[in-house]
Amino acid sequence: MLKGKKVIAVGERDGISGPAIAACAKAAGAEVVFVATECFV
Amino acid sequence: MPDVVISAASQVLAHVPSLARHGSKPRRELPKSAEQVEKFAAALRSFDDAAAYPPHQAWIGNVHPRDLPARPWADNAGAPRRTGRFGEVMPEEEFLGLLAAVDEFELLALSPETAKAAAAALAGHPLAKAFDLDRIEKAADDIEAVAAEPKALRLTDGAVMRCAQADDESLSAHVLIDNLAAKATAALALLHLLERSGIDPASVDYVLGCGEEAIGDRYQRGGGNLAKAVAEAAGLTEASGADVKNFCAAFVPALVVASSLVSAGVFGRVAVISGGSMAKLGMKFQGHLAKGLPIMEDVLGGTACLIEADDGRSPRVRLDVVGRHRVSAGGSAAEVMKALAVEPLVRHGMAMTDVDDYATELHNPEITEPQGSGNVPERNYRTIAALSAAKGDIDRTDIASFVAERGMPGFAPTQGHLASALCYVPHALDRLTTGDARKVLLLAKGSLFLGRMCQLSDGMSVLLERNEGR
Amino acid sequence: MDLQSQESILRASQTHDKADLVVLLGSPDPESASIAAETVVVGDPSFAGALAGAQLGLLTYHVLEEEVHADIPDDVWDAQIGVMADVLEAGALAETVAAIRAQA
Repeated sequence: MLKGKKVIAVGERDGISGPAIAACAKAAGAEVVFVATECFV
Repeated sequence: MPDVVISAASQVLAHVPSLARHGSKPRRELPKSAEQVEKFAAALRSFDDAAAYPPHQAWIGNVHPRDLPARPWADNAGAPRRTGRFGEVMPEEEFLGLLAAVDEFELLALSPETAKAAAAALAGHPLAKAFDLDRIEKAADDIEAVAAEPKALRLTDGAVMRCAQADDESLSAHVLIDNLAAKATAALALLHLLERSGIDPASVDYVLGCGEEAIGDRYQRGGGNLAKAVAEAAGLTEASGADVKNFCAAFVPALVVASSLVSAGVFGRVAVISGGSMAKLGMKFQGHLAKGLPIMEDVLGGTACLIEADDGRSPRVRLDVVGRHRVSAGGSAAEVMKALAVEPLVRHGMAMTDVDDYATELHNPEITEPQGSGNVPERNYRTIAALSAAKGDIDRTDIASFVAERGMPGFAPTQGHLASALCYVPHALDRLTTGDARKVLLLAKGSLFLGRMCQLSDGMSVLLERNEGR
Repeated sequence: MDLQSQESILRASQTHDKADLVVLLGSPDPESASIAAETVVVGDPSFAGALAGAQLGLLTYHVLEEEVHADIPDDVWDAQIGVMADVLEAGALAETVAAIRAQA
């Protein structure tokens, strides 16, 4: 479901970071158009 | 390489309920609603409540975090005990005086009553001879007039902060009180360390700061070196200093650098210090008010520890067991933990069960949960335990007991670097000397991406080990 | 959600064809997952940012959902996600985000 899609990766520091999600999305054949990692502490 | 030890550690809290509204979140949100301002003020804690609060008792060394009572902690608090083996909880009235005492540029103005009360209270403090009480009296001023000065900041009923330059954002009243509060809390912790250890202040050669304040002016916004300012305030006449900057993760690189300096013979004694972060006061207040809880982010922490050559008894810093999160490593929490908790141990043929205590991010969950940020220490420990199981050091069924025995409840204020392994150091010294621990792993992590220069986090770890004597 | 992120996501939704966009979340617990998901589906629940009341209706998944996992090569999953799939409550996270996704 990700192949050919444009992914917005919103990660969280304590979970899965933005760059980690982006790497997964790219490996699945998506283009990543935005990456961010949130930190709440 | 020659062995190096942490020979002493202290930490303090300053209870500052009146300053809580100047934290970053409250100062942005409170002005939106008079009702919120009232609720916030009504939810502030008394000194006795803050001092008695069990995580604060753990902070100053009266209880080990694993021996904290059941939650909710406020319901199971004992009597307020101002002092502990590691330091003290200082009331606001005195802390305002301490701020003035370390204020070299006379930017802080106190009302005559506030100045008088602070000076009188601090004159009776066990560390009184280390405080510049004259400067507190000199801070007395017509605070209404000072409050009317351009860009002055009204802190409390009896205190106003001036800016240093009206058109320099880095010298605004807000930035300056932030920095001064970090200086005062760090200096207090260092003074406690000197007192408790009995060492000659002149024997300390260098100080490294690891806090997150930004000291500078318009041309050098992050110039830094709070460390030297604190060294001066604490009377370390023979020391110089510098700061190590790594967001919340800074303590471990500061400790590793300090240890390396001593091991290499560059210096004999190096202190690592940090002060509190005013910006983080009241950060999660909305969740607290919504759940009928008090404003729990009402304290500023300060820390100090001393590194020197092997003394035959203090815990050794294993400079050969240091983990770091490389640029090329993956970004998930598991990848960071692998780099910090697994890799350095594996490299030395150690199992993860060889470590008695893991000190990771120890944010107090009573502060973070009401705002939906979960239990940070628990997440960290479950990740470490899961990695242990993945590599076969423990069985999956032992994950919960691994967390309970080698982890601990969070007890630190939500002030970044303070929570990131640093607050466990005095407890680690106990555990590795009078306690029964042989190895403690300190792991610190930092969110570099918040500065918008990269999408990365960073982290560093280092092993502390019981000293088996010379 | 970070205010600058909200602005960037708003811009992305205006720049690209919404049918092509997929939001993948990495929140560690259901509460923060629901805030993030709501923000990009029905609008910023804290009404603080550019997505306040925005109702973008973006197709949103948590990265730990089965459908997403299935798309990702094993070696990449192991390297990037690894044990976090066990440590985090994948089931609860999937349920939370799926419920909000249905509101798109």
